[in-house]
Amino acid sequence: MAGHAVQTAPLVELALRMGDNCLILGHRNSEWCGHSPALEEDIALANMALDLIGQTQLWLGLAAEAEGRGRSADDLAYLRDVPAFRNLLLVEQPNGDFGRTIMRQFLFDSWHLPMLRALQGASDERVAEIAEKASKEVAYHLERSGDLVIRLGDGTEESHRRMQAALDLLWSYAGEMFAGDARDAEIAAAGLAPEPDSLRPVWRSHVEAVLAEATLAVPQNDYAQKGGKSGRHSEHLGFILAEMQFLQRAYPGAAW
Amino acid sequence: MYAQLVKTDAARLRTLDEMDPQERAFQERIDAGEKIEPKEWMPEGYRKTLVRQISQHAHSEIVGQLPEGNWITRAPTLERKAILLAKVQDEAGHGLYLYCAAETLGISRDEMYAQLHSGKAKYSSIFNYPTLSWADIGAIGWLVDGAAIMNQVPLQRCSYGPYARAMVRICKEESFHQRQGFHIMSVLAKGSDAQKAMAQDALDRWWWPSLMMFGPSDDASVHSAQSMAWNIKQDSNDALRQKFVDQTVPQARFLGLTVPDPDLAWNEEKGGFDFGQPDWDEFYAVIAGNGPCNRERLQARKDAWDEGAWFREGLSAHARKKADRRMAQAA
Ligand SMILES: [Fe+2]
Ligand SMILES: [Fe+2]
Repeated sequence: MAGHAVQTAPLVELALRMGDNCLILGHRNSEWCGHSPALEEDIALANMALDLIGQTQLWLGLAAEAEGRGRSADDLAYLRDVPAFRNLLLVEQPNGDFGRTIMRQFLFDSWHLPMLRALQGASDERVAEIAEKASKEVAYHLERSGDLVIRLGDGTEESHRRMQAALDLLWSYAGEMFAGDARDAEIAAAGLAPEPDSLRPVWRSHVEAVLAEATLAVPQNDYAQKGGKSGRHSEHLGFILAEMQFLQRAYPGAAW
Repeated sequence: MYAQLVKTDAARLRTLDEMDPQERAFQERIDAGEKIEPKEWMPEGYRKTLVRQISQHAHSEIVGQLPEGNWITRAPTLERKAILLAKVQDEAGHGLYLYCAAETLGISRDEMYAQLHSGKAKYSSIFNYPTLSWADIGAIGWLVDGAAIMNQVPLQRCSYGPYARAMVRICKEESFHQRQGFHIMSVLAKGSDAQKAMAQDALDRWWWPSLMMFGPSDDASVHSAQSMAWNIKQDSNDALRQKFVDQTVPQARFLGLTVPDPDLAWNEEKGGFDFGQPDWDEFYAVIAGNGPCNRERLQARKDAWDEGAWFREGLSAHARKKADRRMAQAA
């Protein structure tokens, strides 16, 4: 099951990359449950986590079906180890303060929505269908996270400082979304998804417009941390999986 | 239920003849089953009691996110995770409806939070117990939401309009909560030996705290009598507890689980179960702040509030700036 042991088909790889992003970001958002700064935020974050877990079920369900090895979406979520996960480094970064959580969401949503819109034209109908359903939810996520970035960036001195710090910290994880690798090239060649780099201009212009309104400065350092998409993760993912997979690992084969 | 031991300030129940005309007219409307709406005159005692009751209920909903929220990141399947997320999100929504209902009585949400954080306002004792296994998530839905439904269903017909309407929305969701909890338990009860043991252990730990949710016997309580006269309480604590036991014991038996009460026995004559009393000393200890999780629960809420201050201030500052800019444009 390790990354390079079995070369997955392009469709499987795409579904894993999409699904793992949703799963890990949904997990991170759900960590806030009952601890966020306002009741409305508890509700909104749970709602977003719920959307993302729903999308996970669809993407990992497709990955399981397409790989044809008799595994289920749950098997993929609960029984793979770190190197087999295909999510971006961005989504596994710790929540930090609420500002960092919102900024992470905004940088991701700004990529996620154009990606899903592009996937609606995929050569595989199942991909197009999932993308269509998910893009409705994600359009709302982006509207919300962008709005919060603006209000907090252009809020108090402290909220501005925190949002700028979050942006500076997370910026180096944004580049991975647009850095294509060999698998991305195969996925694009199969007509499943656009080359990652092609989404950069629309992402960049949207992010810059929102940051300008938020009075936040675009970081100058464009060095990109990479590896998540090919299974080389940060230290954080192991802890997420240890928690998430605990019951499935402690009681192998049990039904829940 | 989520509001236990609600005081009314009443020394004794007064008859219609003892009331001044305004209060008498108010009481007669309640007796006729009419709804009282926010702008209308109401006795100060009625208003204050409702604020206590509704805010206690609201606090219970939001503190109640914590024990269950604990297990969202560890839910055993994607389906279970989604269901639990939806449930906990509902509970936060219930908190929101209820805070809004209480606000119609002239208290702000921030004031209610301050009362929670200072310990002046209470929340249900049940949420001061820990969730130690996945079966606890089943037990909470089955027992705790099950107990909550018992008194929330009649509250849909209570005399205060906004509270009654909040209850209508809440009750729609509570039965889904109870069913998902029971379903978790039934899967565990049919599972491996370890899973069965997990389910039994959860029932052993949650049974008595669930019975305590109804509060101690209030047959002799002037507060309960006053609340009933005002139609913001419909049944005695003992009557609700009896109803809960009668409904739940057969479900436990259906699951093949044992209710941890040696005194439990069917009483043909009354057509209900005889059962033992919870440890009321433990109940009062938990209410006084000495339950296993009181400190953690309250601290978690205070931390969320304090650490979120910059966020809330940021949003208000932005709203002010925006309003100023609009004014400047208009000028
Ligand atoms: Fe509730
Ligand atoms: Fe509930």
